[in-house]
Amino acid sequence: MAPPADNLAAGLAVSGLLADYAACIDADALERWPDFFTEDCVYRITSAYNYARNLPVGIIHAENRRMLEDRVAALRKANIYEKQGYRHIVSVPRIGRREGVLVEAEAGFLVVRITGEGESLLFATGRYVDRVDFSGERPRFAAKIVVLDSDKVDTLLAIPL
Amino acid sequence: MDSIADARASIWPEPGLTRVPFALYTDPAIYARERERLFMGPTWNYLALEGEIPNPGDFKATFVGDVPVIVARDGEGAIHAFENRCAHRGALVCLERFGNARALTCVYHAWSYDLEGRLKGVAFQNGVKGAGGMPPEFRRDEYRLRPLKVERFAGLVFGSFDPAAPPIAGYLGPAIAERVRRVLPRAPKVLGYFTQVLRNNWKLYIENVKDSYHASILHLFFTTFRLNRLNQTGGIIVDESGGHHVSYSKIGKNADGGEYEAAALRADSSFGLKDPTLLSGRDEFGDGITVQILTVFPTLVLQQINNCLAVRQILPKGLDRAEIVWTYYGFADDDAELTAMRLKQANMVGPAGYISMEDGAVGAFVQRALPGTGAASSVVMMGGHGAESQPTRATETSIRGFWKAYRALMGV
Repeated sequence: MAPPADNLAAGLAVSGLLADYAACIDADALERWPDFFTEDCVYRITSAYNYARNLPVGIIHAENRRMLEDRVAALRKANIYEKQGYRHIVSVPRIGRREGVLVEAEAGFLVVRITGEGESLLFATGRYVDRVDFSGERPRFAAKIVVLDSDKVDTLLAIPL
Repeated sequence: MDSIADARASIWPEPGLTRVPFALYTDPAIYARERERLFMGPTWNYLALEGEIPNPGDFKATFVGDVPVIVARDGEGAIHAFENRCAHRGALVCLERFGNARALTCVYHAWSYDLEGRLKGVAFQNGVKGAGGMPPEFRRDEYRLRPLKVERFAGLVFGSFDPAAPPIAGYLGPAIAERVRRVLPRAPKVLGYFTQVLRNNWKLYIENVKDSYHASILHLFFTTFRLNRLNQTGGIIVDESGGHHVSYSKIGKNADGGEYEAAALRADSSFGLKDPTLLSGRDEFGDGITVQILTVFPTLVLQQINNCLAVRQILPKGLDRAEIVWTYYGFADDDAELTAMRLKQANMVGPAGYISMEDGAVGAFVQRALPGTGAASSVVMMGGHGAESQPTRATETSIRGFWKAYRALMGV
């Protein structure tokens, strides 16, 4: 896939990627989730507080796609948590730098957690700080930093954001 | 209030430590008494890392129990702590988590305090144009932010509301003190913070941390991925008061008695993880101990899980809510490889931790089942009746230790 020629094309392409990404998680199709990333991707969930101060630790910290596959395997086979689901609402992305096949983008998100008891509760808000790689047949995240507005997490974070 | 709590004493089912009345997690009188007797009593409570407030004027707003406090460094480098509540009308003085200031000024009426918490300024003390103002008997030096006693230990800053609290080293005792120093051999460097909100009473989390019985049962990460923990041995150390504990696992020496086996938590050859470097570690303290979980009564946890080091400060937020403030740390002289190990291994702990996410939920499973417990009690009998150190982790000895220290201070 050719890299987008201008910001308008990049915005459309990244919007589509984000929509597919959110739908994948919300449909509990987590086995397909790692496929949204390049092989040597970075995926990290952090807080705005840590991010602003360059404090590097993440709630989830992955340095390649295999670590994302391990995360899904652990959620399916090892970790114990109550049945739950997410509903992502993702904003239109702002396009940043475009350089060769790479496009930087940021989008705001809001995630509602649907608990086992059937309640829909606001679970997380924040922004995706993304670097999207257009070198393959479809765009993939080379880096996705999930920057939570709050550093408080209710009970646990099992399903990725 | 006291009469209700005293009535609780009579319903504690037996004098020993093997039964814990469920009412301790639901009774508002108990919660109030914990604030008075534990958190504002002769205990030492974690406030900060010294390195979080390195410079004159640096301050941090935190809590002892649910009481808001400020810890600050003055111009001479001394560290002070005092309540975060204005002596005038009781408003919070510091609204930010961290900051630097020459004086702390309440936004409500601009009463201002120095970094020891002494009242230094009162707006319009002498009135305006000769009218109003404080009466002549008002003396600024009779007011201040209520102070805590402060001690430092191994880079940690502790505070106590009780001037009669024993010295911190004696409070910890030699065995616990040695293991605090073990994971803080030099000044720590913060790698980040997260706060995990628990939907349960704070004591259910402390009990969970002290509960070595559940580890291999609730947390299936290691067994599911057939991660070889080699020939690990371990044990529990409980201090004399019962309130502090250390749980540790250790890699045995090689048959030839030589070096500790490298890569303590390494997966075996048929690993189930696609990226087993998650568990690549280094024996950074040189003693083969791969896991050390340490508690300081009532609410501090120091964690070493391989190279992932963290301070967990447990804050009660009402009867059925608590927060874990995670402060992940390394050291200034860490090389890039060691820092990378710490960040990768952090996947095991915290709100999304492979081996600790369950701990965030299991306390709420208890809390949600509490209605209807009445005068019933939980059972804490694994490993016997006492609260002594034991060379096994198939025991609940350190939970009994917690209740031993708790009952002594609470008088229940």
